[in-house]
Amino acid sequence: MRYFFAFLLGVALLALTVFGIAGRRGTDFRKPPLEIFNDMVRQAKLRPQVPNSFFADGRSSQHLVAGTVAQRIGDQGNDTWQGTAQNTGMVPGTTNFVATIPVPVTTALLDRGRERYNISCLPCHGATGDGNGITKKIGAMAVVAPLVDAAGKNAIIIPDGQVFRIISDGKAPNMQGYAANIEINDRWAIVAYVRALQRARFATLDEVPAAERATLK
Amino acid sequence: MSDIFPKWTNKLPAMVIVGGMIVGGVVTAGVTYYMTPKYARVGYTPVQPVAFSHAIHADQLGLDCRYCHNGVEKSWYSNVPAASTCMNCHNQVLKDDPKLALVRESAATGKPIPWVQIHKTPDFVYFNHSVHVNRGVSCVHCHGPVNKMDEVRHSKSLGMAFCLECHRDPAAKIRPNDQVFNLDWQAPEGFAQKEGAKLVKDWNVHPGESCSVCHR
Repeated sequence: MRYFFAFLLGVALLALTVFGIAGRRGTDFRKPPLEIFNDMVRQAKLRPQVPNSFFADGRSSQHLVAGTVAQRIGDQGNDTWQGTAQNTGMVPGTTNFVATIPVPVTTALLDRGRERYNISCLPCHGATGDGNGITKKIGAMAVVAPLVDAAGKNAIIIPDGQVFRIISDGKAPNMQGYAANIEINDRWAIVAYVRALQRARFATLDEVPAAERATLK
Repeated sequence: MSDIFPKWTNKLPAMVIVGGMIVGGVVTAGVTYYMTPKYARVGYTPVQPVAFSHAIHADQLGLDCRYCHNGVEKSWYSNVPAASTCMNCHNQVLKDDPKLALVRESAATGKPIPWVQIHKTPDFVYFNHSVHVNRGVSCVHCHGPVNKMDEVRHSKSLGMAFCLECHRDPAAKIRPNDQVFNLDWQAPEGFAQKEGAKLVKDWNVHPGESCSVCHR
């Protein structure tokens, strides 16, 4: 019987020790969680954006080969990337910007444009395109070009293709290109939405549907 | 016979049973408590190489999650942004700050910033971000209120019980698609029963509970 009680005491002590050392459940900790028997949990396969020794540069996510073109873009009857206004914003074979958006402008495109504009452009250019985004309000950026300045000003009279190129390549000296962040069709959607913002900026009260007019007062 | 087996051995079977139950109980309790994802990962707040604050960027400045995690709607994983995305603003903001030295170096040379991954599911779990965020499951459900965190902390267990909670009753957590990236959105009273159930029906949401939904 004595042995049994000794055994019980042993178990209790062991439990106390474990709880004493590890009993911090729910508190924050800095070190990576301990993983015991993790051979299935962490398999020897490539996962994105983590270090991996398989490739010489030590990354799992490799850069695209230079000149890679997304397969489904550029099917405008011309097979080359450069030969398609949708990809470049230029009239194929020339150095001129396309005057109008080379994809069908639909309500769906405008909605998409609003959504994408609010994600990527709004922080600086503001919800209405007046250039008073949050970055200007906190004094982080000195100069943000308004997109809806005055009739006849640069942002309005430039061709659609040039707006597309500015989104893609940026505008010196401050704005960087968003080609890596925004897909081509989304860039055109943003162009369309920016045009809508500009149009709305110079709309008159008469152009607002009668039913909506009262809400603007 | 008493010379070979002393009297106390009569109680031996009972001792073995009781002792076995105690040891078994303690081991089970310990494993459940310390080795499940809830203990193993919840609360994990590693020190990141660059002290990026989601609270400042997402909450104070109001940046959309997708400004940086721009692939999340199309990809199975939510990408860590390229350093060039940081430099969109930080080429002007805190331009020479030593805290951002790693970001500048990364943008200039392509050397990756050694971010520490916080949220991890086991490699035999095939979680797809895009299918969730495109069908009304918000970031906040799995990642917690990241927009309020100065340092990202693993706040939900991401264990199988956690996934099943939603997979068994998607209407309770689903929200309109335009509120998925609004982490502060609160469902109005009765939303789950009416609008939630309608979204599940309209979008044909069948999360599934069979093994192969998440495991291959």
